[in-house]
This record gives sequence, C-alpha cells and structure tokens, in this order.
Amino acid sequence: MSFNYNDMIAVSPILFLSAYSLLLLIVDASLKRPANICYWLTLVGLVVSGFLTVFTYNASGNAFNGMVFTGRFPAFFEIVFVLSAALSVLLSKPYLEKERINFGEYYTLLLFATLGMMIMASARDLMVLFLGLELMSISLYVLAGFVRRDAKSNEASLKYFLLGAFATGFLLYGIALVYGASGTTNLSVILERFSVTQNDPLLWIGAALILVGLSFKISAVPFHMWVPDVYEGSPTTISGFMSTGSKAAAFAALVLVFSYSVHPSWQLQLVIAYLAAFTMVIGNLIALVQTNIKRMLAYSSIAHAGYALVGIAAANSLGRTGVLYYMLAYTFMQIGAFGVVSVLENKEGKYLQISDYEGLANKHPVIAALMALFMFSLAGLPPLAGFFGKYYLFASAVSAQMTWLAVVGVLASVVSVYFYLNVVVSMYFKELPEGSTSVAISKLGATALIIAAAAVIELGLTPGYVVALTERLF
Amino acid sequence: MFETHLLSYIIFTPLVGAVLLLLVRNETIVKSLSILFAAITFILTVVLYLTFDAAKPGFQFVEYVPWIYSLNVAYHLGIDGISLLLIVLTSFLTLIALVASWSSISKRVKSFNFFVLLLEVGMLGVFCSLDLFLFYIFWEAMLVPMYFIIGIWGHERRVYAAVKFFIYTMVGSLLMLVAIIWLGYYASTLPGGTFTTNLVELYSIAPTIPLGIQTWMFLAFTLSFAIKVPIFPLHTWLPDAHTEAPMAGSVLLAGVLLKMGTYGLLRFSLPLFPESAFKFLPLMAILAIVGIIYGAFVSMVQKDLKKLVAYSSVAHLGFVVLGIFAITVESIQGSVIQMVNHGLTTGALFLLVGMLYEKRHTRLISDFGGLARVTPFLATFFMIAMLGSVGLPGLNGFVGEFLILVGAFKSDFLGTPAYAIVATSGVIFAAVYLLWMYQRVFFKTVDKPENEKIKDLNVREIAVLAAIVVFVVWIGVHPITFLSKSEPAVKALVDTMVKAKVGALGALR
Repeated sequence: MSFNYNDMIAVSPILFLSAYSLLLLIVDASLKRPANICYWLTLVGLVVSGFLTVFTYNASGNAFNGMVFTGRFPAFFEIVFVLSAALSVLLSKPYLEKERINFGEYYTLLLFATLGMMIMASARDLMVLFLGLELMSISLYVLAGFVRRDAKSNEASLKYFLLGAFATGFLLYGIALVYGASGTTNLSVILERFSVTQNDPLLWIGAALILVGLSFKISAVPFHMWVPDVYEGSPTTISGFMSTGSKAAAFAALVLVFSYSVHPSWQLQLVIAYLAAFTMVIGNLIALVQTNIKRMLAYSSIAHAGYALVGIAAANSLGRTGVLYYMLAYTFMQIGAFGVVSVLENKEGKYLQISDYEGLANKHPVIAALMALFMFSLAGLPPLAGFFGKYYLFASAVSAQMTWLAVVGVLASVVSVYFYLNVVVSMYFKELPEGSTSVAISKLGATALIIAAAAVIELGLTPGYVVALTERLF
Repeated sequence: MFETHLLSYIIFTPLVGAVLLLLVRNETIVKSLSILFAAITFILTVVLYLTFDAAKPGFQFVEYVPWIYSLNVAYHLGIDGISLLLIVLTSFLTLIALVASWSSISKRVKSFNFFVLLLEVGMLGVFCSLDLFLFYIFWEAMLVPMYFIIGIWGHERRVYAAVKFFIYTMVGSLLMLVAIIWLGYYASTLPGGTFTTNLVELYSIAPTIPLGIQTWMFLAFTLSFAIKVPIFPLHTWLPDAHTEAPMAGSVLLAGVLLKMGTYGLLRFSLPLFPESAFKFLPLMAILAIVGIIYGAFVSMVQKDLKKLVAYSSVAHLGFVVLGIFAITVESIQGSVIQMVNHGLTTGALFLLVGMLYEKRHTRLISDFGGLARVTPFLATFFMIAMLGSVGLPGLNGFVGEFLILVGAFKSDFLGTPAYAIVATSGVIFAAVYLLWMYQRVFFKTVDKPENEKIKDLNVREIAVLAAIVVFVVWIGVHPITFLSKSEPAVKALVDTMVKAKVGALGALR
C-alpha cells in the first residue's frame, strides 16, 4: 500500500480536520479555561476545512486504492456538514453559557462528529462507511448527554446509544452478508459484479439490513422511535446538529449504497418508496399533536427524512440532485428552527412549549419573523428553499413512474402545514401573556439565524446554482 | 425598454414599497408610503391598459429570462386581454383597500401595509405568469400575506378562519403541483422533448395527453381552482374567511383572490385539457347552478351583513363559472366582465359593511333600521353597489349576467338552454335577498337609539366609494370600453375549444 500526494490533496478536508481535532483535544486538555478558545478554534477549523473542500470539488475520482470517493459528491456533503456544524457552533456558545455547560470538549466532540460525517460521505467502501458512521455516532452519543445533571439529557444519551448500537449491529451484519455474496466490500466492485450477484439472496438480505441500519440514522418510520426523546433531551443546538448533519451523512450513505452501488432496479426501490410514504405520513401525523416544540421539530425531521427518501426511491439523477439539494436546504431551515428555540429557551424550560411562543411577535419581532420564515420553508411554501427541494424530489418520483408517491408526499405536506402554522399562530395571532419578560438575545445566535434565513431565501430564489453543483456526481 | 419590462415593474413596485416600509417608523408615513406605491402601481397598470393592443393576437409584453436551467424554468411573463382587465382590477382594488383602511387599522399598522403590498405582488404575479412553476410560486406565496391579514387583524374567530383558508387552499394547490410536475415530465417523454413548464409550449403539448391521464390532470388543476372560486361544495372556507377578515382583507379576497380561480379555469383548465373539460362540462355547469341557487338561498337567511355579502359571492361566482363552461364568446366575455363587476360591487359592499361596522360595531341586520335618514350618503352608495350586484340594467352587473345567460342559452357545448333557464332564477333570488336586506337596514324608522348617532361617510370614504361607482356606471353604460380589450383573447380561446371538440368528434368517427 502506498500513499501519494494527489490522494492527500483529494481528501485534504478530512485529513485537515482529523489533525485539527486531535490538536484541539490537546489544547483543550492543556488550558485552564479552554471553552472560549476552543469555540473560536473550532470555527476557524470548520472554515478552513470548508475552504479546502472548494479545491477538491472538481477532482472527481477515487483515492487510497479505491477506498474513498473524491470530488463533487463528498465535497457537496462536506459543505453541508461544515455549514451544519458551523451554524450549530455559532449558536452553541450562548446556549452553553445559559445552560452552564460551556466546556471545551463539546466543541472537540462536535468536530469529531463532523469528521465522521465527512468520512461517511466519501466512503467508497462499506468498511470506510462503517468507520465514519461509528466516529459520528459515538461523538453524538456523548453530546446528546452533555447536560450532565439533566435527567432527560441522560435519558437521551442512553437511549440513543442503546438503539444506535443495535442499529449498527444490523448495518454490520448487512455488510457482512453483502461481502458474502459479492466477495468485496468495495461499492464500485459490488456495482461491477452486480450482474453476477444480483440473483443471490444473500446480497439482498444484506442490502436490506444495511437499509435498516441507515434508516435508523435518518429516522425513517418504523425506525424512528428514538428521535423525539433524543431530540427533546439533548442540548437544543445538538438536536439541530443531529437532525441535519447526521441525517445528511446517512443520506449520503444511502445515495452511495442504493442509488449508486446496489442497483435498485428491483423491489428494493418499492420498499424504499413504502418507507418514504410511511415516514412522511406518520411523521407529519404525529407532529400534529405535539405541544413541545423540540418534539414537534423531531417529528417534523422524521417527515423530512421521508421527503428526501423519495429521491432515494426514485433512484435517478433527478432524485440524487433532489436529495443533495434538500439536505442543504433542510440544514438551513431546521438549524434555523432549532436555533430560534436555543436562543430563546432558558434553564427553567421556558420556550420549550409551543404555547410559550404566544405573542412573541410583539416582544421579539425579528426572531418571530425568522421563525415564521423557517416554518414556512419547512412547510414547503414558495419561494423558499424547502419548496424547491420538494419540487425536485416530487419531480424525481414522477419521472420514476411513482406519481402515487408524489401524491402521498403532497398530501402529507398539507398535514404538515397545520403544525407549522400553529407556531406562527402562537407567535402572531395570540396576545402576549401578562407579565412576560423579554429574553436577552445573543448577537452570535442572531447572526447564525440571519445567515440561515438568508440562505433559505437565497436557495429558493436561485436554486439553479446549487442544482448545477449536484450534476455529474460520480 | 420601459414597455419590455412593464410587467416586471408592475409586479415589483409594491414589493419595493413593502421593503421601504420596513425602514419607516411613523405610522402616518407608513400609510402614505404604501398608498403612494399602490398608486404608482395603479398608474403603471393604466399605462399598460392604454398601451395594450387588443388587435394583436397572442400574449403581449412578454418577458422571458431563463431561471432554472435544469428544469427549463423561466421567468416568463405576458398578458392577454383577460389578464389585462384583472391586473387593472387588482391594482385598483388594492389602492382602494389601502385608502379605505386608513383609520380602521389601529394595531401593527406597518405590518398590515407590508402584507397588503406583498399580497398585491402575489396577485399581480399570478395574472402575469406564463410559466407554470412561476405561476405556482405566486399562487402559493400570496397565501401567506392573506393568512396574516385574516389572522392578525380579523374579527373574533380569525385564527380558525385563517388556518382553514390556508389549509383548504393548500390541499388543492399541492395536487396541482403534482399535475404541473407531471405535465413537465410528460413533455420530456415526447420525442425530442425536454422537461418544461412553459405554458405556451404546453398549450400544444398538453391536449395530446391520453384522455385517461388528462382527466386526472384536469381534475387536479380544476380542484385547485374550484376551491379558490369557490365552486359548490368546496365553498365552506369562504364565509369564514370573508366574515373574519378585516375590511381590506375581505375586499381583496372577494375582489381579486376569488378571480384567480376563475382565471385559472380560463387560462389552464380549459385550453390545456379541452377533451377532459368536455367530459366534465355538464357536471361543472350543474355545480355552478347549484352554487347560484344555494348561494342565494343561504344569503337570504343570513343575520350578519358580512356573511350575507360573502354568500352572495358564491352565487355570483356561480354565474361566472357557468359562463366559462358554456364556452361561447358571449358567455366567456360575460364571465370576464362579471369577474371585474363582482370585484367592484362586492368590494364596495364589503367596504360599506366595514364602514358601518367601524361606526356602529355590529354587523347584525336586526341591529339596524332606518339608516337612510341618519346616513344618507352611506345609504346612497350602498344602494348603487347593491343594485349593481342585483344586476339592474344601466349598472355593471346586468351586462355580465346578461352576456353569460345569452351565451349559456345558445351554447352548443351545453347543448340545452335548460341551464340558462334555471340560472336565470338566480337573478331573481339575488334581487330578493339584496333588496330585502337593504330594506331592513336602511328603510323604516330608526327604532334603536344607538343608530341615531351613526356618523355619515367622511370625505375620504366618499372618495373611495365614488371611484368605484364611476366604474360601476361606466361598465353598465358603455361596457365596450372594457369588453373590446378581452374579446380577441376570448375568441381565440373559444376557437381552440371548438377545434378540440371537432377533433375529438373526428377521432370518434
């Protein structure tokens, strides 16, 4: 095995972030009060690795003896992860200070999770995929329980860990069976040998188990049970990060396995379509009755996984573009929504119930307007980013002869309108309760929210640029 | 240069105004500024109206800028005579609504004006779009400001009404979205075809869709429009939304938003899917007539003035739908002018009811009586608007209803005058409920002491209403000024439909 210079360049964002995270670990350990320094260093690290990504964008191909993909596909996702992480970090500092959990290792763990996601998105080999998934998951297990003294946070961590470990078992078993069928764990080789192995039941059982493992990570129904509890218990900024970054990473893996390698010209496509339909419908229906905003956003994130799954089920180039675009759009709107919660909530649990938002527009007009924007975008109203993403995904379903799936999708969207509007109703149509005090809004948090809002509008108005980035992926 | 981008100027002038509003704090300046921008928009639409050449076939003032290459979506605008009239109506009513709400909106004035201007952008965009994607964006984007207008400044049950309005409309329009995507996809499956949502291209592509699928497309589009119109039995959102909305909201809802449904039928449902339209023609005509009669009967028993006017919209729009599906030049011309008429007279009635409410804080018919003596100006304007709505010859409503009924009577597509005969009874019912209401509110003696003190209209209110009355009389006396603009477009549409009918018969043989 030999390393060459070009391989290093091609995966430079990952290499840089690995080294940088380890360095940060040392900085964290050697300083007395490392939190603030770690915060800034983390932002710098993310910006640099995002910057490096730009240089790798057009180096499509593979590196390290075919173990990793390079170029457009991983680079696009790396940008999504970096954005997701950077926005979360921006929102984190004021939030952590409020919750009195401002420790340096928070940021290091967040970087490690981002690194894991990047590795997942560039996996050309199932083992690399597994490696990335584990790195991401273990970091997130810890982050979910970061509010040490809070029982709910502990519950979130434990639940996430136990169920996550179980799902990882499925994934690993699936990888083993696929290896048994095709004699390799390399996705491209699996694709090459597909014509020979496609009649082998082992391949399909393996593929189905991999699907189960990844469905857990994207929180598709019926593998979604952990989501509301974990999102509710975790620090809000981490809920936002988990629901965007780790979901996008799992979708990257889904695209790699099911839209690229294991050719889904078979009933598997229909299975994924059913999975998408159930996820959209059930996620939205249960979100209807939520009174806690974090749980509502958790169920809405389940539903959004359903929309994106439509693109995987369609398994055509429109679908791939749709998934990629949607992950980017969804990152902004979902982090925006969780961000608003994190900016407002306090240690006593105020602003965790939707009813706490009554009259917010009178008190904090800008924050309320931003929240309304994120809600409308999540509901898929034009001309915002969420609408265009759905348009693309449903277009992919229609062109894959699955118009029924698009119809299920739009009907589920109608349901979703109700609970997103509910937040807007509270903020704008209800009067401010007597004796309510205003909240000090941190500048950093507000900056992150405004960036996210600008992106939601911009992506909706000029989606063409992003779409152009997602063509010719492999 | 000015003319090639005139439509863009018209659509985005209110947006510029809305953004500028955000920078101003003083409420009087906010109101003046938004009226200024609404007025500029109106003047621009008048310029548009005057420069529009009715003799030229096809769409005019076309703008085409590619927008999203991969899906072949373009910023594609253009108008014909039908959209022209509705654009002028929109800018006129927005201006009227803003002036009329000068004193009636007291809380969050800035947001109110912001949302009204935003709503105008959406409404104008809908009437100008020649790309289905762009059309859908304006169509949906318009929901949000209306939702806020009802929900923040509405009456007691405003939240319920706002959410109901939003979700009702969303159900229809999302199914239309699937149909739009499917049309684009269908275009890409044709030899040498690409994915497209360009309306002009789809006019020649869509009618070739196999009838089985075309029917679904037609239903998806028509459902969305039928909810908006609303066609019986999809009307249940309307009384709530109209009644709960603030005055300006009701005026724009009734005046413009409902017209989007009928406009959609004319612009999309009929010419894109003619064969399916023929299949559903009797059903649509029957539903239209049910709407006419039902709307009239329900209006008759209303105790609340605003609800009465709201239900009368169901009846009036029933006429418009009947005219559209009769597919003759007369009836569709009648429908187009009746859309404008309804916007003017029902707009005026909502304004008057709103003004009355501002002065007396009730809308119950039984709370009034003898107002003709107390408020002579209000009574006069109410009389004119009401008679226009009834269809008194010499006022606008007569022209529209007459043309619709004549067209429906001799329509080959309907095949029988029965529809027209039944619909005519609706004219009589309209006279019954409107005149009876007028009698109870304005005639007899003033038997309630509160009513003695009601102030009559002020100068601003008179100016607003007089502006509407000018058009009410103008259309009633000399409708040709307006009809001549839309005639070529209507004729072209009827020609297309007749050709499609002949083609369909030919295929059967």
